[in-house]
Amino acid sequence: MLHDAWLIARKDLKLEIRSRVALNQVVPFALLVLVLFAFALDPDRGLLEKATPGLYWIAVLFSGLLAMQRSFAVEAADGVTDALRLSGLVPAGIYLGKTLSVAVQLLVLEMLLGVGVAVLYGTSITGWLLLLATIVVATAAISTAGTLFGVVAAGLRVRETLLPLLLLPVLAPVLIGATRAFEAALSGTPSEGWPWVGLMSVFAAVYVVAGIFGFGPLMEES
Amino acid sequence: MTTETAGPFGASDSGPTSTGSRTTMILGIVTLVALGVLVLFGLILSPADENQGDAVRIMYVHVPSATLSYVGCFLTAIGSAVFLWRKSRWWDLVAYASAEVAALFTAFTLVTGMLWGRPTWGVFWVWDARLTSEAMLMLLLLGYLAVRGIAADYGVRAKRAAIVGLLLVPNVFIVRQSVQWWRTLHQTPTLSLSGAEIQGLMLFSLFTGFIAITLSFIWMVIHRFRVAWLEEQVDAEGLDTAIAERRAEGVVL
Repeated sequence: MLHDAWLIARKDLKLEIRSRVALNQVVPFALLVLVLFAFALDPDRGLLEKATPGLYWIAVLFSGLLAMQRSFAVEAADGVTDALRLSGLVPAGIYLGKTLSVAVQLLVLEMLLGVGVAVLYGTSITGWLLLLATIVVATAAISTAGTLFGVVAAGLRVRETLLPLLLLPVLAPVLIGATRAFEAALSGTPSEGWPWVGLMSVFAAVYVVAGIFGFGPLMEES
Repeated sequence: MTTETAGPFGASDSGPTSTGSRTTMILGIVTLVALGVLVLFGLILSPADENQGDAVRIMYVHVPSATLSYVGCFLTAIGSAVFLWRKSRWWDLVAYASAEVAALFTAFTLVTGMLWGRPTWGVFWVWDARLTSEAMLMLLLLGYLAVRGIAADYGVRAKRAAIVGLLLVPNVFIVRQSVQWWRTLHQTPTLSLSGAEIQGLMLFSLFTGFIAITLSFIWMVIHRFRVAWLEEQVDAEGLDTAIAERRAEGVVL
């Protein structure tokens, strides 16, 4: 299973590196969102710095959605889905591989956005340990749930509109948790943030299990 | 066709042939009587509240429908689980019917809650943990119903919907937990919806509310299930007819 996961993750990441869609489109979009927030909230009033955790995670969610949609769009063309099914790879392995590749892309995106908010919003960064822990578990939560709902929406004519509707309400707890944990870290009270890291870990665990068992039935049809 | 429409008890379970039966009619009449009793106790016999006045009467429908919106969500998850396990169309449609009715009850809960909030809190909406979770439940159910509405084969649609339906319960738990922390860690404690102790006639009215609203819920789920079942039959029959027509053309030529 893990070997299959590794194969799929390597394939997807290689595709991303070669096609440069993530680099040429998703990353600029994420930075664009940061700039749009600055237009919406007057930068001179200190609102941006105060709202940094929330804005950061909203930017991650929206640009991450693009990465997740792409993760299944690359399979849609030329009957690749059928080829994957015939490849003999374990569905759970395919799921984990896709999750891993989405997670890696999200991590890169989050690093860039982190630099973005530090530079553009002038947010001073404290509480490194909590910040990193939050990023790791939130990324795990977003990519495990995103990959599962991605395959639910995959191959449908309405997939572009269906995925956000399915995924964003489900990820609401992650948005709340990651935002609060970031707030705790940046305001110098990290003890308030750790319960949220725990909650997001539970979320990610639930979705890993659901994905491992649910991916098989979902891949059979369509 | 008969093998495909197999219910939880095997191929012999053929399912309903009309939208109602004698039993559902009796259930409907009982429901109407219960609603009548609820109107009598809720609006006439029970006293107005000392603090909230007549606005408290909204509670008799609001609290039961909030409870049933969660019951419907659980029923959807159970139906989805049994469908994935047994491949039973019957249970799949139970999940569908209860999700749709649950969405209706969630909307009703939100509307009555807002109408109750305005006179008691002065605003239609507060970011209270319970209100927010109910709104999130509504959005999750709308997502499930969107999957039900996709134009795809029955098998594709049902399987994808079942996965989403099965995940409703863990999602609702996590959302409730996160929203509760969200509102308690940084803000003042949540507002108490029912306020002081409920006693006497008010408690009895609330009890009547639970019975009447539960009966309406059951009645609606049964009817929605029967309509969904018949819809599936019509679809299957239409396909059979089309195939038969094409075959007949072949014979003529």
